[in-house]
Amino acid sequence: MSTRLATQGRLIDRSKPIEFTFNGTRMTGYAGDTLASALLANDQLLVGRSFKYHRPRGLVASGAEEPNALVGLGTGDRFEPNQRATTTELFSGLSAQSQNHWPSLEFDVGVVNNKLARFLPAGFYYKMFIHPKPFWKHVYEPIIRKSAGLGQAPDRELKDADTYEHFYYFCDVLVIGGGVAGLQAALVAAKSGAKVLVLEQNAHWGGRAPVDGGTIDGDYPEAWVEQTLAELSAMENVTLRNRCMGAGVYDHGYALGYERLTDHAPGQGGPRHRMWRIRAKQIVTATGAIERPLSFAGNDVPGVMLAAAMRDYVVNWGATPGKRVLVATNNDDAYRTALTLHAAGIEVVRVLDTRETGGGALMEEVRALGIRVECGRGIAKVKDGKCVTRVAICAQNGQGGAQEEVEADAVAMSGGWSPVVHLWSHCGGKLTWDDAQAHFRPDPARPPLGADGAGFVVAAGSANGPLGLGAVLSDAAEAGAKAAAAAGFKAEAKPAAGVAQDEAPMQPVWLMPARAEIDLRMKAWLDFQNDVKVSDVQLAAREGFESVEHTKRYTTLGMATDQGKLSNINGLAVLADSLGSEIPQVGTTTFRPPYHPISMGAIGGEARGEIFQPLRKTPMHDWHDANGADWEPVGHWRRPYAFVRAGESVKEAVSREILNTRQNVGLLDASTLGKLIVKGPDAGRFLDMMYTNMMSTLKVGKCRYGLMCSENGFLSDDGVVARIDEETWLCHTTTGGADRIHAHMEEWLQTEWWDWKVYVANVTEQLAQVAVVGPKARMLLEKLNAEAGGGMDVSKEALPFMEWKDGEIGGFKCRAYRISFSGELSYEIAVPASQGQAFWDALMAAGAEFGVMPYGTECLHVMRAEKGFIMIGDETDGTVIPQDLGLNWAISKKKEDFIGKRAQQRSHMVDPDRWQLVGLETLDGAVLPDGAYAVGSGVNANGQKNTIGRVTSTYHSPTLGKGIAMGLVKHGPKRMGEVIEFPGTDGTVYKAKIVDPVFYDKEGEKQNV
Amino acid sequence: MSDPLSALPGARYAGLATIEESGLQGMITLRGDLSSKTLQKAVKAATGADVPSQRQIAVATGGAAAWMSPDELLLLVPYDEVEQTTSTLAEALSGEHALAVNVSDARALFSLSGAGAREVLGKICPVDFDPAAFAPGDFRRTRMAQVAAAFWLDEAETFHIVCFRSVSQYVFNLLKTSAHPQSRVGVYG
Repeated sequence: MSTRLATQGRLIDRSKPIEFTFNGTRMTGYAGDTLASALLANDQLLVGRSFKYHRPRGLVASGAEEPNALVGLGTGDRFEPNQRATTTELFSGLSAQSQNHWPSLEFDVGVVNNKLARFLPAGFYYKMFIHPKPFWKHVYEPIIRKSAGLGQAPDRELKDADTYEHFYYFCDVLVIGGGVAGLQAALVAAKSGAKVLVLEQNAHWGGRAPVDGGTIDGDYPEAWVEQTLAELSAMENVTLRNRCMGAGVYDHGYALGYERLTDHAPGQGGPRHRMWRIRAKQIVTATGAIERPLSFAGNDVPGVMLAAAMRDYVVNWGATPGKRVLVATNNDDAYRTALTLHAAGIEVVRVLDTRETGGGALMEEVRALGIRVECGRGIAKVKDGKCVTRVAICAQNGQGGAQEEVEADAVAMSGGWSPVVHLWSHCGGKLTWDDAQAHFRPDPARPPLGADGAGFVVAAGSANGPLGLGAVLSDAAEAGAKAAAAAGFKAEAKPAAGVAQDEAPMQPVWLMPARAEIDLRMKAWLDFQNDVKVSDVQLAAREGFESVEHTKRYTTLGMATDQGKLSNINGLAVLADSLGSEIPQVGTTTFRPPYHPISMGAIGGEARGEIFQPLRKTPMHDWHDANGADWEPVGHWRRPYAFVRAGESVKEAVSREILNTRQNVGLLDASTLGKLIVKGPDAGRFLDMMYTNMMSTLKVGKCRYGLMCSENGFLSDDGVVARIDEETWLCHTTTGGADRIHAHMEEWLQTEWWDWKVYVANVTEQLAQVAVVGPKARMLLEKLNAEAGGGMDVSKEALPFMEWKDGEIGGFKCRAYRISFSGELSYEIAVPASQGQAFWDALMAAGAEFGVMPYGTECLHVMRAEKGFIMIGDETDGTVIPQDLGLNWAISKKKEDFIGKRAQQRSHMVDPDRWQLVGLETLDGAVLPDGAYAVGSGVNANGQKNTIGRVTSTYHSPTLGKGIAMGLVKHGPKRMGEVIEFPGTDGTVYKAKIVDPVFYDKEGEKQNV
Repeated sequence: MSDPLSALPGARYAGLATIEESGLQGMITLRGDLSSKTLQKAVKAATGADVPSQRQIAVATGGAAAWMSPDELLLLVPYDEVEQTTSTLAEALSGEHALAVNVSDARALFSLSGAGAREVLGKICPVDFDPAAFAPGDFRRTRMAQVAAAFWLDEAETFHIVCFRSVSQYVFNLLKTSAHPQSRVGVYG
């Protein structure tokens, strides 16, 4: 049974007990515990069920590489699935639930899959669920979804209670990893004067050196760590962050740090996670190494643990998975576990060393304690169950015929060490195979390259290959010096002197025993989280999956949330063996960020709640909000769709606004319309290129409606252009088009016509613009002027249609344009934004006697449709050219060129079969469904009815008392009066007559008064 | 005319740093050849300041000139003089290719002061705020979370932040969130 030891536990504080619950059971741990160590101390060896076979699983590792101990953490709006017990610091009131079991962890129905394992080999799902086709959607998928998967998604009705943030940081040298290698590299780099940032993913510094022993500069590693930390903290050019994982390395020295601020102390306030967005000149990856499991039958039974992890639990947290431990190894390091266990009073029943000649000095030390060491031996099988009970021992070089069975309640395994090369590899660093250590390590000749073609990542310490303490420190010092030098500093690689016992060479062991029979291989796990076994990879190889990337996807090896930290090397070694190939030839799969899963909250950062997205507000926004605005998003703006009065529906409000504007006077907040000033000696010819029509000939004081097309000829934006003076034009764009068209103009000016003398300035927000619309508009403005004792003459003679004038109205300095998008008498009046609300208030007050009402975008839309005016985004969709919309009058025939001209001459653009704009009127006055297609005779190649047109805008017109629509119809303008059919999605067929798109005031008399 | 209103009159928040809306500020976008003697003279006349070098602001009594791009300056002048100054400037530059526009009302201006100011901005702008990298007189046109912004640092270690008027509420809320009292990063002293 697993338990807490009376001694040891350098990280825990036994004077501070902490209460927590696991699956509802109250348990006690200590400050400094991880959830994993606390569970172990509470005899909770069983932590979850496996993904596919629902086998009982326990802790395998002690850090980020842990595949099994995933729990649902927290409750309610702080619940989070798939949290690793090994990286979760214990806090008071922590509540964890195990995952992937039903109905309970102890008794799981899904374990029946375990008995069916023979029938669920690699690729089973691919092979099984292909036929019959409809079964996938209706039978297979629902069942698989129920039985597969890890943690539960949080309740969709709840919102994460925590906040998150980002932080941008710049440094010369970023050191990822705060073990002895990271600290050594940081110290060397910092002494050169470089600005250094050191990230450590755990709460404590020093990595595993304090557990592994040896001496640094003649003292315990822990003492050196403390002293070095103190030295670094005292340096102004050094920043140290613990609980902050280096998550990813990207181009140009960009790296992500994932800082967990309150996970260990929820409720302390402030953001929970902080994403560090770092630009470093050089990055040192001192990310250590991860021990590999051994592949033997039953290596997933709870109680089988990595040897170094077992050592960690004893030394760091005073917890042990058992009292009678068997050690299996292919290298010397695992003897340290035997020594540690022995020192803690735990019986080591046997050490099985696969090497015929055994190990070196460490083995002798273990033997001297009277512990039985057997060389050339391995584990044939660990008996299945919820914990280790019996272990069968065999010759490593055999097929697994058991020679002896021993009783043990835990197994420590060590298959050698693999450097953590993830961060080195994220941005293209290459690896080299180290035969002696049987691992991939960074190839210093092929680092990730920066913009200058030189490497910007240096691996340090065991992340670079060396495993002995002395070699780790000198490698790290060199890495620190190299990084500092590359960042432009002069550094001296003076390492601390690390001394540890010499180790005998390890022996690569990819299967235990080497020639294990199939029944053993089917129980020898490679990937614990995704339930991939040796036999699965071998099957994939037999079925022709030669590429490691394909094998990975076929078997799901390394595709779980641990990204194969434990399984990758073992898996590809088995694959290489099955293919009769060498491991370096098979290669690795791709390492991708993040190193360890990070929270969605951290990615989103501050962008949530009221600052999820910027909302753009006009100067009159608050007034609209207080006066019934039903908001509509237009880009990042919010515009009132309609101003809804008490007791009124939105639809009723729209009708009221239309009728009132047509009969009296309405106000539209048009401030969002783009306003671009274009000035310079070449501005005229520039605008002639930008617009399809001629703008250079526009007279000062006049306005002209213009169209803009893309290079491909498609209509992109429209608006009214006003000539301000000889060299200056003001171009109105659509609301959504302001920034886009500004960028479009700048792009042409900067890349194509860089020698033209034209400047563009976006003054959209400088001005509040109000459209005063309706037959009583002039009366309203004249009244305002009268009240102010004079002002701009707004008569037809002084300010005719399609002209503009500067002056004062009602005492407000303004520019007034006689332009109309409604067909009514209309003034668009621009005042400084700081005066916008005051001007609006003045219009509302003076307009009361004329029945003035504000109107929203829907009223605008309906009124323009009644007039047959097109709307960018309704009549256009990126495939429509002005000629389709009957806008030939706005396309200059005189101009030699304009953007889109050539494209509009291409064969498909001049095809008479292109659908063209017409008006549509249903026979019964009903409203056509938006986007409906008109069908003609015959069928296409797919047996579908031929389409001959579609609805682009459709409304109920309160002015005309019937439905009106615009649409694009094949040969439309030539088919006036014909009735065509639009099948609706509701089963009805709408019949509509093709008519002129101008439904209201065809002669345009009302706007020109 | 009635009294002009700034974007968020009186808005203020004190956390890791103090955020205050600065009221109305005369601002002129000036585009032209920054090496032109005429332009330099006109800028001096309008603001009292010289044409600044790249990513700098030149501050004088009563005005300032900030570097926006190789052919663009942002001129700061008293709000009630901005229209007159814009016309004078345009006149002075009438002989060459240049554009001067009053953009005072298109903008909002905030000040950010106090010990945490660098960190507050460091959470939302991809800029190095190390005192060695961003000093008084430095000016930066950049991104503030999801919107465009520009700022400079004055001799009193106060940042002045310019953003578009329509997003002033967003920017204020953004700064407020970043200045949450319990969100200190602790890297800039």
